[in-house]
Amino acid sequence: MTDYRSIFAEGLWRNNVVLSQCLALCPLLAVTSSATNGLGLGLATLAVMVCANLLASVFQPAISRAVRIPINILMIATLVTLTDLLLNAWMHSLHKVLGLFIPLIVTNCAILGRVESFASKQAPVPAIADGVAMGLGFTWVLVVLGGFREVLGSGTLFADASLLLGSSFEFLELTIIPDYRGLLLMILPPGGFLVLGFMLMAQRLLQTWLQSRQLRIQGEQSCA
Amino acid sequence: MLPCIQKQLDRIRDNTSYQASSLAAATAIATGLLLLVSQLTAPAIAMRQQEDQQMALALVMPSERYSNNILATAKSFRLDGRTYQLFTAFDNGVSAGYVVETEADGYAGPIKLMIGLDERLQIIGVRVLSHAETPGLGDKIEVSKHKWITSFDGLSLANTGDDKWQVKKDGGQFDQFSGATITPRAVVRQVHQTLRDMESVANQQATEQLSAAEQGASS
Repeated sequence: MTDYRSIFAEGLWRNNVVLSQCLALCPLLAVTSSATNGLGLGLATLAVMVCANLLASVFQPAISRAVRIPINILMIATLVTLTDLLLNAWMHSLHKVLGLFIPLIVTNCAILGRVESFASKQAPVPAIADGVAMGLGFTWVLVVLGGFREVLGSGTLFADASLLLGSSFEFLELTIIPDYRGLLLMILPPGGFLVLGFMLMAQRLLQTWLQSRQLRIQGEQSCA
Repeated sequence: MLPCIQKQLDRIRDNTSYQASSLAAATAIATGLLLLVSQLTAPAIAMRQQEDQQMALALVMPSERYSNNILATAKSFRLDGRTYQLFTAFDNGVSAGYVVETEADGYAGPIKLMIGLDERLQIIGVRVLSHAETPGLGDKIEVSKHKWITSFDGLSLANTGDDKWQVKKDGGQFDQFSGATITPRAVVRQVHQTLRDMESVANQQATEQLSAAEQGASS
């Protein structure tokens, strides 16, 4: 019996790709100059992660340990290239927004990490669940990080979201600070490191607080 | 799985030739898939790129100005190491202007420019197709961020002297952006250079046509 609740808790929070494993920082810092960009890369990564986990779990009995890593790398690179080609041909406006980031997915060690440490030891359904959980965990961190940098750096939130999601999502495009002259530092790479640093700090503080609260509750229960 | 099958499987998987052939098979499948999909998507991608180019052209050359298939007139040429992609517009057989695609040396790599010129080589419009300039500083050359690029509209070598084709800091007539002078300087220089190169190209074409006409008349 697989514990799906714990799979999702792991992916979204406890073992989050960015906040806890500190993986995938290269594409993360490169694209999060806006919330829309973060969302785009997050969704693309999610899709590749789910497919990679599924394939790894299906073919796991046939693959020997000795050649597992090269085969997994080959599989991920192929998936990413296929995604790039298909998007370019049939979802061209999406590809114009995402195109830059798709090759970056290959550099994302988090995908190989999940395939290696989870999917290649699990049945297909839990492997898919893990891909979804880890991908969503990655996506929300990207969106929050991109959102902070965008609001502080250019005073908008979700600018150009309609290019990514279609014109029905135009309501997402907000100007938080009108006539803002922009804080360049936040858009440039140092801003990525700064905001990520603050997010990591917040995550650690929250985690410590949660743990101490849990201990206190346990203590009270044992006293009673 | 039954233990005996499991054991059998383990023995097969430990075999080096099995490992090598499984890696080879995986590579073959991946290559096949990529080949197939790239074949399937090639025409669609080419069509999308053509649409993109058409849209970029429409930015600097309004479609009511010409009647020919402007994309089919694409011609690349080099002049003293500078590369240009030239599209010639005709309106019912009469020259209606040019669209020139060229690159300026930006602060962080090439800035791809598209310049529309009317038949007297006066600028209709200039647009930046792609660039890698600093966000928030150099990216004001994009028309969606700042109207600076429209300051080229209507200019030509005839109505703007050589010394005016510079940013204000260098004594010319174009604004620079605070904190970013290199980017506008590069764009101004390249647009000016393109106008001068286009003048020589147009002159050359005119002479060729004239000599062709003369040959036609004498024979």
